[in-house]
Formats: sequence, C-alpha cells, structure tokens
Amino acid sequence: MLTSRKPYDAGKLSAVLLFLPPALLLFTLFVVMPIGEAAWYSGFNWNGFGTPKNWIGWDNYRFVFDNKAFGTAFKNNLLIIVVSLLVQLPLALSLALILARAFKGAVMLRMLFFMPYILAEIATGLIFSFVYDGEFGLLAAIYRHFDAQAPHLLASPDTSMLAILLVIVWKYFGFHMMLFIAALQGMDRNLVEAARVDGASRWQILRHIIIPLLRPTIKLSVFFAIIGSLQLFDLIMPLTRGGPADSSHTMVSFLYNFGVMRMRVGFGSAVGVILFVICVTFAFSYKRWFMRDE
Amino acid sequence: MNSEQDFSETGLDWAAFLKALYLLGIVLFVATPLVATVLGGFKSLGELRTNPFGLPQVWEWKNYADIVLSRRYWQLLQNSLIISSLTVILTLITASMAAFVFAHISFFGRSMLLNYITMGLLFPAATAILPLFIKVRDLGLLDHYLGVILPQVAFSLAMSILLLRRFFKELPEELLEAALVDGCSYLNFFRYVTLPLSRPILATVGTITFVHSWNAYLVPLVMLNSDSQYPWPMGIMIYQGEFSAEWHLILAFITLTLLPTIILFLFAQKHIVAGLTSGAVKG
Repeated sequence: MLTSRKPYDAGKLSAVLLFLPPALLLFTLFVVMPIGEAAWYSGFNWNGFGTPKNWIGWDNYRFVFDNKAFGTAFKNNLLIIVVSLLVQLPLALSLALILARAFKGAVMLRMLFFMPYILAEIATGLIFSFVYDGEFGLLAAIYRHFDAQAPHLLASPDTSMLAILLVIVWKYFGFHMMLFIAALQGMDRNLVEAARVDGASRWQILRHIIIPLLRPTIKLSVFFAIIGSLQLFDLIMPLTRGGPADSSHTMVSFLYNFGVMRMRVGFGSAVGVILFVICVTFAFSYKRWFMRDE
Repeated sequence: MNSEQDFSETGLDWAAFLKALYLLGIVLFVATPLVATVLGGFKSLGELRTNPFGLPQVWEWKNYADIVLSRRYWQLLQNSLIISSLTVILTLITASMAAFVFAHISFFGRSMLLNYITMGLLFPAATAILPLFIKVRDLGLLDHYLGVILPQVAFSLAMSILLLRRFFKELPEELLEAALVDGCSYLNFFRYVTLPLSRPILATVGTITFVHSWNAYLVPLVMLNSDSQYPWPMGIMIYQGEFSAEWHLILAFITLTLLPTIILFLFAQKHIVAGLTSGAVKG
C-alpha cells in the first residue's frame, strides 16, 4: 500500500484549509497577538492614542515593582492561594467524603454546595456586600442581637481581605468538592473493603488508602485553586474595588485600576506581561514537577 | 433490637450525629446569604434593617413587580442573551471544525498547531486586556456586541477544541475510512456523521461556554460604553450604584438577574457539572 495514495487524499488538504483557519485566525488575532503586543507596548509610555512613540525601555516594569499597591496585590494573591489550600480544599474533601455515598438528600446537598460556583462573581460580590453592610447586613444584625457594634469589614484595610477570603471559600469550595466526589465515585472500592476486613480503622483507611488514591485529583484541585487565584477580579469589584487604601487588590484588579482605568497602556501591559509570565511559569513547572506521572 | 446494643453502637451514632451537625453548619453557611437575598427583595427598607433574616412581615411584591415590568431588566437580559448565544454558536462552529481536523486528519505540523492552541489554556484574558482593547478599537468593534463576542470565542477555543477532539477521536476510525472510500467528502462526514453523534459533548461545551459568557464581566466592562449594550453583570453594578442604600431593591434586582442562571442550572445540571469539572481549566 506504500505506492498507491489513498483516493481520498485530495479531499484532505481542502478539508484542512476549510476547517482550520476560522479557529486559528480568531485565536491568533485575539489571544496570541495581544500577548505579543503587551510585551511591545510595555516598553512605552503611552496613553493609547495615536501610535506608541515614547520608548522608555524597562521603566514600566520598574514602576510596577516599585508600586506598593502591586506588592500588596501580589501578597493578596498568595494569601488567597494559601487559604484555598488550607481551608477550602480540606473543607471540600471532607464534604466529598460524606456526600460521595448515596444517601437520601446527598444529591440535593451536592447541588446546593455547587450552586455558588455557577453564580456570577459580580452577583456573589453584591450579595456579600449586603451580608457585610454595616446597617442592613446580616453580620450587623447578628452583632446587634448581642448589643454589639458591627465592624465594617469591607471599610477597614485590616479586615477587607478577610472578608473577601470568606466569600472566596463560599463560592469555590463546591467546585473542588465535585472534583473529589467524581474521583471518589470512580475509585475501586475493593481496596477499602479489604482494609476494613483486615481491621483497619476509618482514619487509617482514609490516611493510607483513600488520600493516596486521590492524589491526582488533589494535585488537579490545587492547580485550579492557584490558577483561579491568579485571575481573580470580578469578585473584588463589587466588594471593595481593591480598597480601602489599595488593601484588597489582586494583580488583575491592580491592572484594571492602574492600567485600564487610567489608560496607561504601557504600565498596564507591563502588569499583564508579569502576570502572563507568572501563569505560564507556574503551569509549566507544576505540570513538570507535580503532574509528571499522570 | 434492645437498648444495650444501641448503646454499644454509640460510637457510630456520635459520628453520624457530628456529621449531620457539620453538614447542617455548611448548609446554613451556603444557603443563608442566598435565602436572605431572595427574601430581602420582598421587604421594605425599614423591615430589612430590623429583620434581615426572617420571613417578611409584609410581602412587598411591588419591589419585584416594578423590576419585572421595567424595560431596563429585559434589556439587560436581552443583551446578555445575544452576547452569550452568539459566543456559544461561534465557539461550537469554529471549535468543532478545528477539532475534527485535529482528530481525524494527519498533516505536517498538526501537533505543532495543537500545542499552539493548547497555549490558550495557560493564561486568562486579563493578561492582555489592554492590547485587546486597542485591537477591538482599531477593528471598529468598540461598543459593539462583536467586540465582546469575538474575544470571548477566542478565549474559549482552547478548552473547547481539546474537549471536542478527545470525543471525536473515540468515534471509530473505520467509519470515516469506509465513508471516504464510498466517496463521501470530509465536509459531509463532519456534517452528517460527526456532529449528530457528538451531541452530548457539544451540549457540554456549549453549556460551559454559555455559563462563562453569561457571567463575564471584565471583557464587556472594557469593550462596551453605552447602557443599551450592557450585559446583566454590568447592569447590576450600575443599578447598585444608583440605588446605593436601597438594599431591598438591589436584592430584588440581584435575585431576578440570577433567575436565568438558576433555571439553567436546574435544567442542565448534568452538563454544567460534567463540563465545569471535567475540563474547567478556566474555572
């Protein structure tokens, strides 16, 4: 068969030329080129009108790193990651262990816990700015019940991030729970049964059988938690807009506030490039170091 | 069963009790803000201040009725529906065509191109939002639905193509071979065999794309300038700005704008959960 080309090979080329270009064109135009352009614009001091002329080299990057608010934003992103790993994942895993089994109401509880994940971040943020509202909010009502003055969590630089972190846990734990439930349901129960027959305690089974079997899912869940933190923006806007005193910015809300709102294209692009480098470096090294075997 | 035996099982019962307590705590944690939002929309502002948790003493249906009867509400939903539906349709068409090629036709540079597309998974649209704004402006699409739709399609392509390709590859290769030998073109095979057989994955990809687009905020915020074009997440932010202290109205507005999401969730639960968890790199 080496000599004769298959009769339909001619159609192949036209199929490729017909099917591939729309996706490739859109992807190149709106995903790849803007990243390249961000790198280029980041060398200019430019307000977006006309063509960029005022070349300032690496200065924009220096401005970004010298900006105190960017440092705070970067720390906030790390804080979100830490809380995701220490609070959200254990919460999600513990609930998954309970809800993976079929009992009456399990499916309804799963759906209830998953629901916050599909509500728009903007709506979630607004709901929680009501919850935290000093006069009408739920939190204020609880404090009033004990005759205490409610703290304005969102209005103080010391507590604004705390308030946001709580919303993050509320909104995203259900997603991780679902990942774990899917993994638990696909798990081979025989190992667990065998261990139980051999007299292993529940804790031992969890520690030495279930958790090791869940390792790939845990890695995936950690991956999503970190990527999600790096792109967090929508939730910040209705809650604090990054304030007060720039205490609750994430890198993206910093980019929006200092780059987009003020049309500092060069500066904003530099922030974008930094974020891009962080995302790509993280994705590659994570895949390489932690997800090698999967 | 005698009571002695019941007591010998207390260890288990305690565990079950604590488990139930734990679940109850989480249910309250999750549901309270949602329930209070829906109920808050039925209260007067004065009652909201004194009784934010409980059922309304007087049900103020007017809060909701005024919004449902306003042009503003339907305009927001209409804008969102146009943007999200077109985003879904364009994504499904372009992604399934590309995925078909990546799944079935081998040619020089295929794996390179696939890697190129996979890059799209690695970073969010926010990284390049300013150049994206300038590009959309230079194309004359600013303040136009397409200025939001095209970037959204572009950013959903990577995930969609990978999910579709994985599914297409599982269709038996002999089917394609046989059809081609019989003189069927790739286009017809794609149109009459691949697509009809791929309804479940198309539904999943369509649902994920829809949910992301329906909830999106940053891209519309940057690309749109006039009220008449705003999708609902921008609309509720503006509404909240206008009625800043009138929380009862804001809560009613939030509830009503969330209604479509919740209805979609109830009907497309399976696709939403499967889609968002199986491949949600952008989740």
